[in-house]
Amino acid sequence: MPEELVLQLQGIGKSFFGTTVLRNVNLSVKPGEIHALVGENGAGKSTLMNILFGMPVIKDTGGFEGQVVFDGNAVKMESPRQAMELGIGMVHQEFMLLPGFTATENIKLNREITTKNPVSAIFGKDFEKLDIKHMREDSRAAISKLGLSIEDWVTVAGLPVGYKQFIEIAREIDKKNVKLLVLDEPTAVLTETEADKLLDAMKKLAASGIAMLFITHRLDEVLAVADNITILRDGEVVASMPRADAKVERIAEIMVGRSIERTALPKRVKEPTDDDVIVTINDLRVNMIGENVKGVDLRIRRGEILGIGGLAGHGKVGIANGVMGLFGSSGTVTKDGRTIKLNNPYEALSSKMAFVSEDRRGTGLLLEDTIELNMAMTAMQVQNRYLRPGLFNPLRLADPKAIREYALKMIEDLDIRCTGPTQQVRRLSGGNQQKVCLARAFALEPELMWVSEPTRGIDVGAKELVLDELVNLNRSLGMTIVMTSSELAELRKICDRIAIVYEGRVAGVLSPEASDVEFGMMMAGETLKGKGVKVQ
Amino acid sequence: MVGNRLETVPSQRKQGKLSGIFAQFGVPIFFTVLCVASIIVSDLDINYLIGELLSRLGRNLFIVLSLLIPVTAGIGLNFGIVVGAMSGQIALIIITFLQLKGLLGFVTAMAVSVPISVLFGYIVGSIFNKAKGREMITGMIMGFFANGVYQLLFLMLIGTLIPVNMNSPVAQQIMLSNGVGLRNTIDLSNIYYSLDNVFAKLFNWNGIIWTDSLGPWRVPLGAFFMSLLLCILITFLMKTKLGQNFRAIGQDMAIAEVSGIKVDKVRITAVIYSTVLAAWGQLIFLQNLGSLNTFNAHEQVGMFSVAALLVGGASVKRANIWNAIAGVLLFHTLFVVSPLAGQKLFGEPQIGEWFRQLISYSVIAVALAMHAIQNRKR
Amino acid sequence: MSKIENADPSLNRQRFDFATAFREFGIARIIILAFLLALFVLALVKGLDVPGLLTDSLTRIGMNGTLILAMLPAVVCGVGMNFGLPLGILCGLLGGILTINWGLVGWAGLIVSLLISIPIAVVVGLLYHAVLDRVRGEEMMVGTYLAYAAVFGMSIFWMLAPIRNPKLIYAVGGKGLRQTISMTETFGKVLNDFLQFKIGNVTVPTGLLLFWLLLCLLVYFFLRSKTGLAMLATGSNPSYATSSGINVGNMKRIGVVMSTVLGALGIIVFSQSYGFIQLYTAPQSAAFPAIAAILIGGATLRKASISNVIIGAVLFQTLLTIAPPVTQALMEGSEISEIARVMISNGMILYALTRATGGR
Repeated sequence: MPEELVLQLQGIGKSFFGTTVLRNVNLSVKPGEIHALVGENGAGKSTLMNILFGMPVIKDTGGFEGQVVFDGNAVKMESPRQAMELGIGMVHQEFMLLPGFTATENIKLNREITTKNPVSAIFGKDFEKLDIKHMREDSRAAISKLGLSIEDWVTVAGLPVGYKQFIEIAREIDKKNVKLLVLDEPTAVLTETEADKLLDAMKKLAASGIAMLFITHRLDEVLAVADNITILRDGEVVASMPRADAKVERIAEIMVGRSIERTALPKRVKEPTDDDVIVTINDLRVNMIGENVKGVDLRIRRGEILGIGGLAGHGKVGIANGVMGLFGSSGTVTKDGRTIKLNNPYEALSSKMAFVSEDRRGTGLLLEDTIELNMAMTAMQVQNRYLRPGLFNPLRLADPKAIREYALKMIEDLDIRCTGPTQQVRRLSGGNQQKVCLARAFALEPELMWVSEPTRGIDVGAKELVLDELVNLNRSLGMTIVMTSSELAELRKICDRIAIVYEGRVAGVLSPEASDVEFGMMMAGETLKGKGVKVQ
Repeated sequence: MVGNRLETVPSQRKQGKLSGIFAQFGVPIFFTVLCVASIIVSDLDINYLIGELLSRLGRNLFIVLSLLIPVTAGIGLNFGIVVGAMSGQIALIIITFLQLKGLLGFVTAMAVSVPISVLFGYIVGSIFNKAKGREMITGMIMGFFANGVYQLLFLMLIGTLIPVNMNSPVAQQIMLSNGVGLRNTIDLSNIYYSLDNVFAKLFNWNGIIWTDSLGPWRVPLGAFFMSLLLCILITFLMKTKLGQNFRAIGQDMAIAEVSGIKVDKVRITAVIYSTVLAAWGQLIFLQNLGSLNTFNAHEQVGMFSVAALLVGGASVKRANIWNAIAGVLLFHTLFVVSPLAGQKLFGEPQIGEWFRQLISYSVIAVALAMHAIQNRKR
Repeated sequence: MSKIENADPSLNRQRFDFATAFREFGIARIIILAFLLALFVLALVKGLDVPGLLTDSLTRIGMNGTLILAMLPAVVCGVGMNFGLPLGILCGLLGGILTINWGLVGWAGLIVSLLISIPIAVVVGLLYHAVLDRVRGEEMMVGTYLAYAAVFGMSIFWMLAPIRNPKLIYAVGGKGLRQTISMTETFGKVLNDFLQFKIGNVTVPTGLLLFWLLLCLLVYFFLRSKTGLAMLATGSNPSYATSSGINVGNMKRIGVVMSTVLGALGIIVFSQSYGFIQLYTAPQSAAFPAIAAILIGGATLRKASISNVIIGAVLFQTLLTIAPPVTQALMEGSEISEIARVMISNGMILYALTRATGGR
């Protein structure tokens, strides 16, 4: 019965530059249904939402496959405006509110009620006066529909985040024709009570007939409100079930589970143990917006590959950035018994640690400069390598020969596809750029290397190569590696141990052989609520 | 929970307001003190000062008001009004050629300046859209560039590409003797005071004479009337849909765009408004002055107007009518007083003049710096 | 992304040919070069004193070159074009005035004025950086107006300065230092005359050009040193620089100070070649032609190199030198060349402003 469905996605597929991110996604939502969409980072949720909302990104990269059927009609989603006109409302992850406007003005943004006047009769609609009274009435109605009482004529700027979220939702439901509301992790920034309030409001709205697509990481919330649950993994729908059949463990397992061939890695002469620790981290707190670390304790064994996993926003990325001094942090980090001064990248780098940033284009590379300069710069600045002899270090000239030599060696070792060491890094593909980042870190000849999201945004072949290279370094040079990744599969593939970060702390350290359920539960924070999971 | 939280919010805002008030009025207070001190030092005749201020307020307020809309629309201080001033002057030169006189001449000039300044405003706005975040410096350089085009037009092209009948008395008066290019100064006695004393002229019947004089001072009532009209217009505009669009894009272009406001178009509209108003403002200025300094009259307009607005307590993000009025009064008090103060203090009027320049440039620098610092905090 | 990867690398290699070299040099520069050649041909046809024009061009390149070079460190370290160049110029003027006041002439005068203006410029540069650092994103406007304000502040100083040297102050009437101070009796043209020689009727101001090229060479090598490269990294990506252990703030500081110092040296070289020190409002707009020149040389608001400085100085200054007499010979009235100068230099800056992307 297609006319009973608000939304039907049929066989949706999408690829960016040859990398497939969505494959044959089917999903349908009934009026008044709360449909939860869950999945790990990079599972394709945001791309799916972009398609649904007609974001220009999709059109600019060659459109998508499959069909969107809205309210019984097949529609070509071409612009956010069209989506809005159809009756799709979007509650964004970051607030789309004008800080200097009042709640009413925000709710009515670009949908203001106006009255005609003599000037507008001559010069057109733009000169119609705002009908503040009716605008306020509407906004109050929308707010009260959510079951709360917020003053509608206060400026948004000073309001707590919870309010802003509600105003955002009020704006969407004030659109008279809204039939489907997309909520993209609406509770991520809310306190627990605020989140409960929001879930209540969602139920209320559903009762009034508005369908909702609810994207979240918090599985308990899914179970609290969703009627149906769809789980995405690697761009595919891997499961779809009514709430009655769902359990947190089951969802977690499906979310992260993936056929893993853990090929036997080469053995070491001496396996790393807790007796030989290279770095000890105590109560590390990092102020990295969106990835705050709130008191991490971790011991890194000499010679191991340690994985750091966890869902986005829980702070796994913040750990390496904090230790390496790129974001404001506090706590103690000791390497080989020596305390490393925090908030100072130079200190961290000179204690024989190197960092491959997750923000490849932002932090990892000088996009406009040559491959060789990118590789040599850090070692030059920190260790005075690749410089010609001279008395005064700051004014010693670069040694083009030594730089060229190293670059050529790395281009060969890492199989970097380029026209030569003087090619601009911007012109390389993602995978080759990542290899340049690795070469930049290798140049420091570190004892401990922090690698964040080394395979993000690169194609499959390059992924393998990068992972192989990390294993190779670890085994042949005995380099300790701490790899942060959103892809659990690759952590489980090469790591000796995997620390799972939840809400800014280490929830536990698991063996790569631990079951999918254990990983899923720990990432969803279930262990913290008392359900014991074996911890290595 | 919701109710409890709300209680704390207004008080927080109140605190913000108190420091906000200080931040907002710090500059005008400083300048008031400076003006008063200069007046005392220079031992100036207050009657003379008031007379000067009345005429300068009429002369300059309109063009300063033309800066308000771009500020609201987040474009910042529109240094591009220089281009608007040029369009006003072009219109004025055209009506001088047509030998139109009095109020008719003035109104014609206003009408003629509209299509010119709309076109220029459109161009300036489009360029601003390509230089988002750098509108002010772009506007400034655009002023310099447009000055080149203006000179090309009135020094080279007029009399060559644009034919002029050199036998006509007007041409002989305003063209250079070799028939190419305009003279450095053009006499505007045809429209001199045509707006300022419009009431005195129109309402002169049955012995009831509307007078321009108020005690010892001459009041440019016409100019005041126009400025008042503009203030009403701006106030009205801000309450319309278009005004709401200006305010929205002024806060966050990305969010405005997402909610369906055509940001680029609205920005161009704002610049066009500003340019047209600047053209009219320049006309009001020149009819009061009575002569046109052909190649320099517009050069400083941007800087002076911006400085005046800032002195009145405006910022790059926020400006209102009262900032404009207070700013013109304070800035021009300083204008009148500082050479005299320099003379009294150092025996050299030039020093007062330089001091005034130093202060006005500093005000602009500080205002822009404050803006940048606030942006960074966000 | 994928397109580039799919392309055969060998194909890329083949593209390093004439066309790329041509493109690297830039259409704008080719047009200006062609225009210059046309002007020279016209000058020959009209029977103008071409050797004289060449002499003037060489002199103007040398006298403006250092001021143009001053833009380079500021752009490289990521601050952008130094619209506050007049700040450095004021330091140089102060150094020059002090030297003349002390009665130093000839080489001693030149060297001492250069040497004493350096510490002054360093201090001013440090203060200037402290301001720029706080107003990130608004550097151009704040720099411009800060410099304007400083010019007028210094104007007051020039008038009130306790200097009684008759070479410097008005003989009768007028208060304070003179508007233009002749340097013929002090160290005017010292550099120009050094090793000066003639090819045919073209006089080459060897010392002047050598001084400029020497500074260019020094800056060139500096940019290839450890600190210079750190500055470069700071300018192209501050996050990369931070993550390489570079103190980003320090690098910007060095860039701004270098730019200010070069501005100070630049005005001394300029003045000695011009033969006069110009005070008061003269430096107010000095930044714009220097910015235009380096842009014409192929720089952008965010990226510049020594070659941009040299090409820009040669093209822009030659153009400014030969355009007026040639147009004067062609048409009556020389306004057109002045108008062209205004339009070319501001047009260049305007173009660069609309092209630059990103706020940082």
